[in-house]
Amino acid sequence: MSSDVRFTDFKSDKQPTWCPGCGDFGTMNGMMKALANTGNDPDNTFVVAGIGCSGKIGTYMHSYALHGVHGRALPVGTGVKLANPDLEVMVAGGDGDGYSIGAGHFIHAVRRNVDMTYVVMDNRIYGLTKGQASPTSREDFETSTTPEGPKQPPVNPLALALSAGGSFIAQSFSTDAQRHTEIVQKAIEHDGFGFVNVFSPCVTFNDVDTYDYFRDSIVDLDETDHDPTDREAAKTKILDADKEYQGVLYQNEESVPYSDLHGLDSNMAEIPDGAPEGAMDLVREFY
Amino acid sequence: MPDDLNWAIGGEAGDGIDSTGKIFAQALSRAGRHVFTSKDFASRIRGGYTAYKIRSATDRVESVVDRLDILVALTERTIEENLDELHDDSVIIYDGERTEMQDVDIPGEMTGLSVPLQRLAEEAGGAIMQNIVALGAACEVTNFPIENLDSALEKKFGAKGESIVENNKEAARKGQEFVAEEFDHEFDYDLDTTDNDYVLLNGDEAIGMGAIAAGCRFYAGYPITPATDVMEYLTGRIEQFGGEVVQAEDELSAINMALGAARAGARSMTATSGPGIDLMTETFGLVATSETPLVIADVMRSGPSTGMPTKQEQGDLNMTLYGGHGEIPRFVVAPTNVGECFQKTVEAFNLAEKYQTPVFLLADLSMAVTEQTFEPEVFDMDAVEIDRGKIVDDDEVEAWTDERDRFQPHFPTADGISPRALPGTENAAHMSTGLEHNSLGRRTEDTDVRIEQVDKRNRKVETAQEEEDWSPREFGNPDSDNLVISWGSNEGAMREALDFLEEDDIDVRFLSVPYIFPRPDLSDDIEAADEVIVVECNETGQFADVLEHDALTRVKRVNKYNGVRFKADELADEIKQKLQSEEVKA
Repeated sequence: MSSDVRFTDFKSDKQPTWCPGCGDFGTMNGMMKALANTGNDPDNTFVVAGIGCSGKIGTYMHSYALHGVHGRALPVGTGVKLANPDLEVMVAGGDGDGYSIGAGHFIHAVRRNVDMTYVVMDNRIYGLTKGQASPTSREDFETSTTPEGPKQPPVNPLALALSAGGSFIAQSFSTDAQRHTEIVQKAIEHDGFGFVNVFSPCVTFNDVDTYDYFRDSIVDLDETDHDPTDREAAKTKILDADKEYQGVLYQNEESVPYSDLHGLDSNMAEIPDGAPEGAMDLVREFY
Repeated sequence: MPDDLNWAIGGEAGDGIDSTGKIFAQALSRAGRHVFTSKDFASRIRGGYTAYKIRSATDRVESVVDRLDILVALTERTIEENLDELHDDSVIIYDGERTEMQDVDIPGEMTGLSVPLQRLAEEAGGAIMQNIVALGAACEVTNFPIENLDSALEKKFGAKGESIVENNKEAARKGQEFVAEEFDHEFDYDLDTTDNDYVLLNGDEAIGMGAIAAGCRFYAGYPITPATDVMEYLTGRIEQFGGEVVQAEDELSAINMALGAARAGARSMTATSGPGIDLMTETFGLVATSETPLVIADVMRSGPSTGMPTKQEQGDLNMTLYGGHGEIPRFVVAPTNVGECFQKTVEAFNLAEKYQTPVFLLADLSMAVTEQTFEPEVFDMDAVEIDRGKIVDDDEVEAWTDERDRFQPHFPTADGISPRALPGTENAAHMSTGLEHNSLGRRTEDTDVRIEQVDKRNRKVETAQEEEDWSPREFGNPDSDNLVISWGSNEGAMREALDFLEEDDIDVRFLSVPYIFPRPDLSDDIEAADEVIVVECNETGQFADVLEHDALTRVKRVNKYNGVRFKADELADEIKQKLQSEEVKA
């Protein structure tokens, strides 16, 4: 790890094809800054991305990366981190990727508490397929596939994470560069699964959850007396459907990541040229 | 009386049938006898009937036969279920003091030995040991030195303490003495023992052991019959070698975790059965197109859908050969016996890393969950070779960068195999993706690059076809005009069927094929033979179809799909009939 890493080192030479003004630009910049601020460099960083507009992030960032299948980015990140604990693993996806097709993996990744960071670019819409309802869309949000709105309550990802035993639950706003970077940085530094839901507005297909909407409604927890180590206080805030919070909602300071619980500390890529020492004992067991 | 013994214990699920059977198998193995086991589940009658069957001889045994000499029947149903295999000289051991067994009808000329299993077990320290009493009785009937059973009991219960072991030995002796004293009967069995050392294990265990030997350090899976034993074997063992088993939330997750670990550079695998393969197929194309080395074991069971989860079938050949949308380069390796499960697993990991391609390890239920003895040399750890392929280190990266110093993980080399930089390697950070990509791993829809990358991936398979040995295993008379071909676990039954056929003056050349793709080109062998019969446990003849395509001809087929593996004598009869018949089914 070199100390002179700049955040632009995490930028690839590929120009993003996100729509001008897309929230994902800010979300990605914050991730790159947070990675640089925490002493990482592209050679020790592994980014996993799913499918959707968010999934393109692996192309625009410079690091080791895998752009996988829809909804399965978290299991990939889990495998990478457990196999080589020296890598900084950052998983990125959208609300469709994480809370719809990948919802099952999300809950179990939270429970497993592997030491990695999960950034969800939540724009409350399916953008890449040109504007259908997502699991975080409002009940009355009219789209091409839900002309009268989904008529079902949106998923509350923070509540899912809390109920699954989440050890770090946060929310940020892509355009508030300083706070967003700070929050992602805390998620990286957290010993365990650092989850950040990022309001990352879609300027093309979502005219409800806009920059203006978030600017007007966001409550920054740093400007309140919220204590992120107080799980009950976090619960009250997370279940308050009327407010959009920014900041660390909950952090378990006693969190012990999966690798520590399971005594994993070596790079599994390093193996001997033949069968490992002691392998004959495996055969002797069957006498 | 033959040295070849066919023994079984049967009862209700929950009666400890499996563990009791395994103890007796262990005792026979420790006495230097070969053992081949199988498991029975109810077929005609609904309910929990289950049996553990052992065939044992001083010579190698490779199959089950349609004969049962000694049966420990814990229920009356156990006798009914086995009427076809029992014969006039069979001995049935049962507990006539149990209410439900008082009126048991011992069929025909068979000998019924009513041994008070429960009462004797209680005298020895607890009714729970009644099956062990039966094993002691079986020792007496077969004239088998009970010290071998002691040794197996020590292995089984040693960890539970001296007194448990002693009680069990006592229970066994009570069964033995009861038979010796109460029955004035000449039993003709005289089981020889030898000084040979054998190991006793099943195919799932052999796959797990092969994985550790091959350097596999990461396993992610979701429990499913009959592949769970692989996961259970690795749990508690792989950790001792710095590895980890993760129980995923489903198979979609399991294969993606394994993929992630492989991207990080670990030798990584998952194992499942048909329903799990269905789910994993989603990610299979990504594994192949991102050129990630991964071993996926499919321990086949009867399908489709939930099918018959505890029954034998070789129905997934097409699935592993063709599954997934688009055209996906892959290897499909199918071990033909328990020993091969070990060796082919090691081979699968080398193929995966050398060619940066997913490898299906296609095993079937029959060999996966039943124990068999082997000379320990079959699992020769010193012979294990590790080939990690074209992994580049920090100094080698530069040779593979483009004009802008960017590492090219999908560089289209002459042999199709690109350099592989593991995360952490300096100046080689790169992405990979399920999208079609260029040499950098970045998305493209450029028509020339598309062709270049597709050709490159397929070229790896062509290189492997040339460089690796894909030969079948050959048995029988090499000059015979009758050619039998099979794959997977049918090998054992077919090898023994050769002996039965020889008794009828029918000679056969038998090719057992462990490679489904790439596979040996058998067109010349098929053309040279007058009669060609393909044996497999499925209805349609999936391998026969493939061979017909390869050789542009028709073959005869022997198919079994009732959920039970081939038996040697039964298979010999089927082969004989096919040789006589004119019919060739398309």
